Formats: sequence, C-alpha cells, structure tokens
Amino acid sequence: MADIQSYTMNFGPQHPAAHGVLRMVLEMEGEVIRRADPHIGLLHRATEKLAESKPYNQSIGYMDRLDYVSMMCNEHGYVMAIEKLLGVEPPLRAQYIRVMFDEITRILNHLMWLGTHGLDVGAMTMFLYCFRERELLMDVYEAVSGTRMHATYYRPGGVYRDLPERMPQFEASRFRSEKDLEWLNKDRQGSMLDFIDSFCERFPTSIDEYETLLTDNRIWKQRLVGIGQVSAERALQLGFTGPMLRGSGVEWDLRKMQPYAVYDRLDFDVPIGTNGDCYDRYVVRVEEMRQSTRIIKQCVDWLRQNPGPVIIDDHKIAPPTREEMKDDMESLIHHFKLFTEGYCVPEGEAYASVEAPKGEFGVYMVSDGANKPYRVKVRAPGFAHLAAMDEMARGHMLADVVALIGTMDIVFGEIDR
Amino acid sequence: MAEAQQALAERLQQAFGETLRSWQEHVGELTIEVAQADLYRVMLSLRDDFRFEQLIDVCGVDYAAWKQDEWITEDASGSGFSRGVRGNQFARLGLTGVYGLEPVTTNTGRRFAAVYQLLSVSANQRLRVRVYCDNDDFPVLDSVVSIWAGANWFERETFDLYGIIFDGHPDLRRILTDYGFVGHPFRKDFPLIGNVEVRYNEEKGRVVYEPVSIQPRVLVPRVIREDNRYAEPDAQEDASNG
Repeated sequence: MADIQSYTMNFGPQHPAAHGVLRMVLEMEGEVIRRADPHIGLLHRATEKLAESKPYNQSIGYMDRLDYVSMMCNEHGYVMAIEKLLGVEPPLRAQYIRVMFDEITRILNHLMWLGTHGLDVGAMTMFLYCFRERELLMDVYEAVSGTRMHATYYRPGGVYRDLPERMPQFEASRFRSEKDLEWLNKDRQGSMLDFIDSFCERFPTSIDEYETLLTDNRIWKQRLVGIGQVSAERALQLGFTGPMLRGSGVEWDLRKMQPYAVYDRLDFDVPIGTNGDCYDRYVVRVEEMRQSTRIIKQCVDWLRQNPGPVIIDDHKIAPPTREEMKDDMESLIHHFKLFTEGYCVPEGEAYASVEAPKGEFGVYMVSDGANKPYRVKVRAPGFAHLAAMDEMARGHMLADVVALIGTMDIVFGEIDR
Repeated sequence: MAEAQQALAERLQQAFGETLRSWQEHVGELTIEVAQADLYRVMLSLRDDFRFEQLIDVCGVDYAAWKQDEWITEDASGSGFSRGVRGNQFARLGLTGVYGLEPVTTNTGRRFAAVYQLLSVSANQRLRVRVYCDNDDFPVLDSVVSIWAGANWFERETFDLYGIIFDGHPDLRRILTDYGFVGHPFRKDFPLIGNVEVRYNEEKGRVVYEPVSIQPRVLVPRVIREDNRYAEPDAQEDASNG
C-alpha cells in the first residue's frame, strides 16, 4: 500500500454538493488535491443555437433558464442588447421596475447561495432560514409575472405589465387555521409595493439573524478563512467578476462603474474584501444583500410617486394593448405581425452587460437585419469562475472543494448554457 | 465615455497603424479588426500598453449564412404559396446537404471569426477585437491563454462549438459537448436537431446512439426586411430619388 503515491477520484456528476451536474476528476495525493479537472456540459442545451432559430422575443424565456436562480438579471442583459441594437430606451418607470427586480433577484440568488453554501459546509439551519425569506420574494415574482421562477417579465422597450395593485393572498383551506391565515396575510393587505416595503423593513433583521449564526461561528470560519485565496491580480487574469473579484479587493461593480438603467440615480455602496478567500466573499455577499435592500427601498418610494407607462408605445417592437386591438385595425396588424414574425433588428452587433448576482452577465448579439438573431453569445460569470477551479483547489483538502464550489456560487444552467 | 473612446481609437491607430485592418464605433462600442497573423502581438500590446487587464469573453461566429433567409416566395403559383420554408433545408439556414459532407459557401469573404471582448478595469473601457480565420477549412488562431489565463475555457468552448483551433493552447479539449461527440454544433451547417439521439437499449443493457428520428421544422421563418427607419441617411435619399 505504501507505494501508492497518488490516485484519481471522480467527484459527481451525481453529488449533493456539486450544485447540479458537475463532474470533477480530482488527482489526489492522500487527501490533498494536486489537480482538479472539471468536466462540464452535462446540462448543455445549446441555448445560443436555439436563440438563433427563434424571433428575438421568444428567447427571453430561455434566459431565465440560464442562471435559474437569478432569472430577471439574465433577462435584463438580453433585452438590453436588443434595445441597444434597436436604439430604443424604455420609459423611466420600466427602468425603475427593472432595477427593483434586479435587486430582488440579487437577494433571491444570494439567499440561495447562502443556504446551500451553509448546507455544504454543515450548517443545516441556514438553508431553512434562507428559504423562508426566499419564498416571500418568489411570491413577488409570481404576483408580477405569474410564475415563481421563469418570469419572462422584461421585454425590449420595457416590462410586460405594470405592478399589480393588490398582493395575492393565501386562501383558506382545511390545513390552515384562521389564525395562521391571518398571520400569513398580514403583509398582503395592500399593493405589491406595500408588501415589498414591509419585506425591506424586516429583511435587515433577518440578515442579522444569518450573521449571528455564521459570521463569528468557529466552524464556519475554520472552513472558510484562508480557503481558495485569490490575489487581485490573479482574479483579473482569470476573468473573475462580481463578488469573486470584489472579494479579492478590486473595486469593480458595473452598477457603479458603467451604470445602466437607473443605477446612477440610486444611492448604494459597493462592499469589497481584502484577503480574497472564501470568508471575504461570504462577507461581501452578505453586505450586498443589505445594499440591495437599500436600493429596493429607494425604488419602491420612487415607483409609488411616479405612475406612468412601463413599455414604449412603438408598436413595431412592443405589442399594443388588447383594448386598442378591439377597435383599431392598425393595432391588430401590429399585433399579428409581432407574434407571427417578430420585429427585424438593424444590422450590427452589440454587447450588453449587467451586474448579475454572480458577476458580469453579458450578451453579445450579432444581427444581420433579420427577425432572428444571427448569433447570441452569453457570457456567463460562473463559466470563468469554474475555470479557475484547478488553480484554486490545488493544495487544498478534498473537503475544501465543496467550500470552493459553494463560494463560486455555481449554477449549471449558466455554465453549460 | 464617447470622448474616451475616441481617444482610445486614435491611440490604437497610432500604435498599430496598418496592422489595424479596420475599426468602427457602433452603438457606443468600439470594435477593431486585426489579421490572424497579428493577433498575438496586438493582444499582448493591448494588455500591457493599453491596460486591458481582463478578457471578458471569446466568442466564435460562423458567417456562413450571413443575410440568408428562409422565406422563399419566388415560386408562387396558381396554387398559392408554399409554407415558405420549402427547399431542402436540412440545416435550417438555407444551406443544403448533410453536415460535413458538402462544401459550404459563404456570403462574406471568410467564414469563421473569433470575437474577443476586452475590459480595462483601470481605465473603465471596453474594446472588441475581431479576427477572421484565413482558412475556412482549417481555421487556426493563436491562443491568448498566456496573455490572459481566463482565456483557457473560452477558447476550449470556441473550439468545441466552431472547430476553431487555438495554436498554443495547453489543453484544447471539447468542453460542452458529450464525450465522443462528432462535429462542431454551432456551425451554421450543423442541424438544430442534431445528428444522433441516445436511448437506453434494454437488450444490450447500455445506452446506444442512433440517428435522429425527428424531423427538422421551422416555426417562424427567418426574414430580412429592409427597414427605412434604420437606413443610413444617404441611402434613404437614394431610395427616394429612385
């Protein structure tokens, strides 16, 4: 036995800590990793090729399914690329709604990340706590778009519809007592904005709760501090973006540096780390949730005071309302053309990027003037992060790989595309 | 932003001169084009002299079906239009034949290009670099992994999906497609439905590959419409004169 120096271990593709279908071939020396070779592509659906075969609007739904825990941010990147090529600007209210939902999505994503990261490292309670709050935000998604996850809510030129006046309530059933029902519907008496507002009031307390469980927890620190350290220079070299880059101390946030939508009108801070290890990235993301709450609050206040259109009225791009269609021939034609053929986008190319919860989510779009994109390239942040797995895992223990997968916030929908 | 971009374009022109095949600004984004032979040198200079510390993305593009549509209306007859997606369009963009067997002709001069998105964190600027592959049948480009370590997987992906070979890449393997996959699926002559499908064969007790059993179909045909709203001012004038 003594002469066996190293051996190869297969991690995944069916592994509870692999966050999906990640297969890794690990070359081990005892319990120390010498080389990690992630095999990806098990969830490859050729989203980009599918998008080439469909009119522009029909691919918005595919974007939800890329990074399926930060759905609306992906949509935002995609519609921004189309808008750039078309040269249209959505109404201000639509932009505020988008920013609000981007930030709701960021919280959704970070809650998912925190819960599963905790679970991987052994903190079971975190998962339950995070999903408790996550459920409330899912309800917001459902209220505005009709679905809990794959919203298809953003459209080129605005958003699909205005925010609902009334937040849906739980209905009575034999599984719920009257008292429970009243408690569940306590915050749902008013409009959706009231519901979000009350969520923002309570959410910082929830973050404090997570932090009491983790931030100074000895086991948590033992598992994260000093693990997967990346210097600022290496992080840039490796193409890191988002919290992975900021954790290494690089002050770079697209919302601040290249503001899109209405981020330049909002007040928020960008947290950065110093050591570039898993723990710093944890701290950065938790602080990001607090900042997101701040942004959402500002959006709610603005949206309350400024009613208005949420999508442009250029019916060559955005469909007319049902009402208009009833007695206007032109509108009927526009509607028919839009849904049978779509709109043609002028020849050219554009790259639009948003600060998605995981990093820079970019869409590079090439159009040859047709009603379908000629080429769509999705730049997924997780792809670049996972590519650095080999470098980050070398010299660490097997158990640390799980912490690394957690800290990279890996979701296979976007990596495999 | 626009001024900084103008300044960057001028600096690039000064530094590279003839090497810069072309540059253009469109929707506020700067794109330069370089020749295959100059790629490595230009990229190195872009990182070191122009402080583009990050390679955000590498993307392959296949220009084989550029400006081709699926809407064929010439042969309208007394019996009416066909469904508009007629003709043997095995590969859905107007190319005929089976993938890999017949030569592909292009509307544009060259077929394959790689597009690099660069980001300068220090100067807060973006730049797009496009390089066409000289040889359509055997596209080769210099790898930039030694300039940006992050290029590794992006180049593997471009190789996998488009078959562009990156010379000097340390580990050029397929990345997204299945083990043992044949062909480069994002090429325009590769059918959307694929060539093979898999199922579990009970007799053999393993998963088997078989030719696809589904038919390709196009729900919404690809059309290119001349839209005067987006026409260049000069062109518009010509049209009205004519």
